[in-house]
Amino acid sequence: MATQHSRSAARIMISPAVGLLLIWMIVPLVLTVYFSLLRYNLLMPGTERFVGFLNYKLFFNNPAFFTALINTLLLVGGVLIVTVVGGILLAILLDQPIWGQGIVRILVIAPFFVMPTVSALVWKNMFMNPVSGLFAEFSKAVGLQPFDFLTHAPLASIIGIVAWQWLPFATLILLTAIQSLDSEQMEAAEMDGASPLSRFWYITLPHLSRAVTVVILIQTIFLLSVFAEILVTTNGGPGVASTNLTYLVYARSLLNFDVGGGSAGGVVAIILANIVAVFLMRMIGKNLDA
Amino acid sequence: MARAVSTRRKAGYTIAAWIIGFAIFFPILWTIITSFKTEAEAISSPPSFLFFNWTTENYSTVLERSNYFRHFWNSVVISLGSTVLGLIIAIPAAWSMAFVPSKHTKNVLMWMLSTKMLPPVGVLIPIYLIFRDFGLLDSRIGLVIVLTLINLPIIVWMLYTYFKEIPGEILEASRMDGATLRDEIIYVLTPMAVPGIASTLLLNVILAWNEAFWTLNLTAAKAAPLTAFIASYSSPEGLFYAKLSAASTMAIAPILILGWFSQKQLVRGLTFGAVK
Repeated sequence: MATQHSRSAARIMISPAVGLLLIWMIVPLVLTVYFSLLRYNLLMPGTERFVGFLNYKLFFNNPAFFTALINTLLLVGGVLIVTVVGGILLAILLDQPIWGQGIVRILVIAPFFVMPTVSALVWKNMFMNPVSGLFAEFSKAVGLQPFDFLTHAPLASIIGIVAWQWLPFATLILLTAIQSLDSEQMEAAEMDGASPLSRFWYITLPHLSRAVTVVILIQTIFLLSVFAEILVTTNGGPGVASTNLTYLVYARSLLNFDVGGGSAGGVVAIILANIVAVFLMRMIGKNLDA
Repeated sequence: MARAVSTRRKAGYTIAAWIIGFAIFFPILWTIITSFKTEAEAISSPPSFLFFNWTTENYSTVLERSNYFRHFWNSVVISLGSTVLGLIIAIPAAWSMAFVPSKHTKNVLMWMLSTKMLPPVGVLIPIYLIFRDFGLLDSRIGLVIVLTLINLPIIVWMLYTYFKEIPGEILEASRMDGATLRDEIIYVLTPMAVPGIASTLLLNVILAWNEAFWTLNLTAAKAAPLTAFIASYSSPEGLFYAKLSAASTMAIAPILILGWFSQKQLVRGLTFGAVK
């Protein structure tokens, strides 16, 4: 039983973590909102002044903003579709009896441990390069014109790279979930004459729903903030074709030194993330009770 | 009970799984192979897979021409430093939530998770300016602070799910025997919690090692960890594939090995205990 004494001790023990996170959350957040209402350029120190919602107006009127918003959603959605569908199929395959299953698992999980800058550079140079990349070599070998991935399909290429990094994560989590599936239930269904497809649809998939929810939640948190992959492959280009919200704010503030405009973008990014977060937190909260 | 499966079917699954596994791993394998080629061979057409003159000259070039060890050491200091600092802050918090839960515990946990939802770019500018004013830009201590705060929610959550599995009856028994709170933590809880703490440490070192938003934005040359060092290869001149591969291989090898050991904890840690 918790005593009065241990309760107050508990409160003291939890306070550093809570306090630090509170500061970490509130101070920068308040400053970002404050900066977003100023005309504030690092190249013109001393000229800061209050401009109300002008930065937001400029930001929304900038066509790059809508492109970046759409790109952000396409990037998150595209990677989620590839990794969740691919992850389910791969997890089912890896759950079958296989010789050397441990080694295959190690091979599949490996990309998750590769730092984003390395995977982006390797894909960019050694695979997608239109002159000397492996894909170009392959195209030439079968008599096709090499395709310049990062120029003609920049966003799709980045989705591919990021999906490669996250497929292992989805697979591993879904595989863990599949392995906890009661095999007797499967056998009973099989004996009752359920086809493999209906067994998948009515038993495996519902069993996986919780794990899929978790995969979507965690990945969305990270995917909304994809940055390094864009920085080292396309720099957001050509034009703004592969600029997401994160990269747009970075370009505004740290490349163009426009603190006010960048902050307005930051606030928009926070609002967007919150909309997603509300849905996802509700889902994980429900799952944690179960 | 394992179902009996014909050898033929098993062979089919095995072949399919190995082909897919190999395809997923191939970019890493190709990077490792290329790192042992000369620059000319690295872009030769058609590419050679195994039959070329294996050389380690790229590794010595990378080590000679760049401050590879400094960046490596930065990565070690930043990832270990932020993880250890995070553990020091998180262990008491997770302990109290797991063993002295109040009606607020679940809300506190969810709130902590929600701080992870704050997109880093939303707070990039204030952090950048604060760091500039305090002289923390391009410093290891600055990155340790930021990465500690970034990963703190994950550390608390992971520890919480591990601590939660330690049966409370043991604590009650030790209390009956007259153990003080301090004794209880040192002699009863800690030994039972070590495996969980070790897994948390491992996973967070990996996450911090690969973190590539704050490390790229808050460092220049001095404190840059390997993530930022590798990014400097993005606009090179002349022949460089083999050297890029050598630098990449050295940057990912330690974490790849650690990661393979941690795959079980990874699931639990990154799903906040929701999938075990």
